[in-house]
Amino acid sequence: MKRSTAKTYNSSAPEETAGIARRLAKGLSPGSVVALVGPLGSGKTVFVKGMAEALGLPAATATSPTFSIINEYEGDPPLYHIDLYRLEHAEEIAELGLHEYFDAAGIVAVEWAERASGLLPEGTITVTLERTGGGGRKITVSRT
Amino acid sequence: MSGGRLILGVETSCDETAVAVVRDGRQILSSSVASQIETHSPYGGVVPELAGRKHLENLVTVLQSALRKSAVKPSDLDAVAITSSPGLLGALLVGTTFAKSLSMGWSLPLIEVNHLYAHALSIFLDNRRPRFPFLALVASGGHSSLFEVLSPRELNQIGRTRDDAPGEVMDKIAKFLGLGYPGGPVIDRLAAQGDPEAIAFPRGLQRDPSFDFSFSGLKTSVVNHVLGSGAIGGRLADHQAPPLEKTALRDLAASFQEAVVDSLVSKTLRAARDRGFRTVVVSGGVAANSRLRKKMADQGRSEGIRALFPSPRLCTDNAAMIAGAAYHLLKSGEFSDYSFRPSPRMKTG
Repeated sequence: MKRSTAKTYNSSAPEETAGIARRLAKGLSPGSVVALVGPLGSGKTVFVKGMAEALGLPAATATSPTFSIINEYEGDPPLYHIDLYRLEHAEEIAELGLHEYFDAAGIVAVEWAERASGLLPEGTITVTLERTGGGGRKITVSRT
Repeated sequence: MSGGRLILGVETSCDETAVAVVRDGRQILSSSVASQIETHSPYGGVVPELAGRKHLENLVTVLQSALRKSAVKPSDLDAVAITSSPGLLGALLVGTTFAKSLSMGWSLPLIEVNHLYAHALSIFLDNRRPRFPFLALVASGGHSSLFEVLSPRELNQIGRTRDDAPGEVMDKIAKFLGLGYPGGPVIDRLAAQGDPEAIAFPRGLQRDPSFDFSFSGLKTSVVNHVLGSGAIGGRLADHQAPPLEKTALRDLAASFQEAVVDSLVSKTLRAARDRGFRTVVVSGGVAANSRLRKKMADQGRSEGIRALFPSPRLCTDNAAMIAGAAYHLLKSGEFSDYSFRPSPRMKTG
C-alpha cells in the first residue's frame, strides 16, 4: 500500500501563498512534478511565481500560460509551467506530450492538474488551494 | 498589376487561419480569415491541438480565396511573410511549414514577422500614418504589451502583463458567469446597459512604477464578489457562478469591464506622459472593446494625447498586418532562411 503524507497551511494573502511555494520549491529536485488544483482565482499562478523565485527567477517571469499552454522558464533547474484550463477533453491532454516534460531534468508545475490526473507520474506533489472564509486560502500539500 | 511590392502574409498563431495580399505595406488587396471560434465554442476556449489541425484543413482554401480576391498570381508576388512568434506552438508550426513551402515552391523570399509587432503597426493599413516614434498598446487574449515604436523595424517592449492577459480574464469571467466564448463581445454588450460604478473592483499595479499590467487580482475579486466570502473547494463543480438576476449581471459586467479598461488606459497614458509620446496606438482583439476605445480617446484628448485604433477587422488576428509589417523588412532586405523555428513566447530582451 502506498503511503501518503499531507501538510496543511493557511494563507491570508497572495504574498503568503508565494512564501509557502518558495519553501516547497527549495526542497524540490529536477524531475519533481507539482500538480496545482483549485478554482478560478484561488492563487495557482501566484504559487508558481513563488516557485520561480525559489529557483532564482524574478517572480514576474511566471505569467499565466492559459494562452500558450506551456511556458518554459530558464531557471536552475528549468521550470516548466503548464496550464490545462483550456483543455477539457482527456484525449487533447494526452496529445500534449506532457511526459516529455516529466522526463526532462526540470521542475514541472501543472495548473488545473485534476484534468490530467491519470497522466501524472508517481511521486507527484499535489497542492490543493481552497478558499476559506474572509478571503483566505487553505493550502494542502500532499505527496503520494 | 500596376507597380508596388506585393507581399502574401500568412497568420496561424492562434484561432484564426488567415492569408492576405498587401501592396506596399498599406493597401490591402485581399484579407481572408477562417475563424475557429465556432469549432472552439463548445469548449469555452481555444483548443490548441484542434487549432493546429484546423489550420491544416483551412490553409489551402484560405490561400486560394486570398489570391482570387486580390487577382494576384503567385508570379506577381515579391515575398511570403509568416508569423513565427509568439503563439501556440502547434499552430505556429503548421503556418511556418506552409509558408516555407510556398516560399520554396514559388522561389520567393521568406520574411518572419513577430505577431505583436504586426499588431502594433496595423494602423498603417487603415491609411493613417502616425509619425514615429509612437506608443503602442497590444491587448488581446494572450497579450498585454506596451511598445515604444521607434521605427517600423525597431520596437522596444516597455511593459507587459505579469499574470493574465486582459482578453483572457474576460474569457474566464464570461465562462465563469456562463456567458459563453469569446467573452469580450458579450461583456461589452452587457456592460453597455449596466452601471460601471456599481461595484468597486481593484485596478492592478496602479501604484507600481513599472508599465506592467496585472489582471489576476481583478479576476479573484470578481469571483469573490459573486460567490461571497464562503469557503469553496477545489472541485470543478464549484467553478461556476450561480445564475444572476439581469440587472445584477449587467452591473457586474460593467464594473468588471471598467476595471479592465481603467487599468489599460491609466498605464498606457502614464507611459505616454513619462516617455513623451503624443500618439498612442491601441490594437489587438481587446481594442475592439467599445468602452476602451471611448475612454482611451476621451482621457487621452484631455491630456493632449491622440489615441488611434485600427478598424475592428484589423484588431482581431489577420494576415494583412503580417504582410504590412513584412514590407519594412522587405525594403531593408531582412529575409529569413529556412532554419528558423517558431517560438511560442515573446522574446524579452
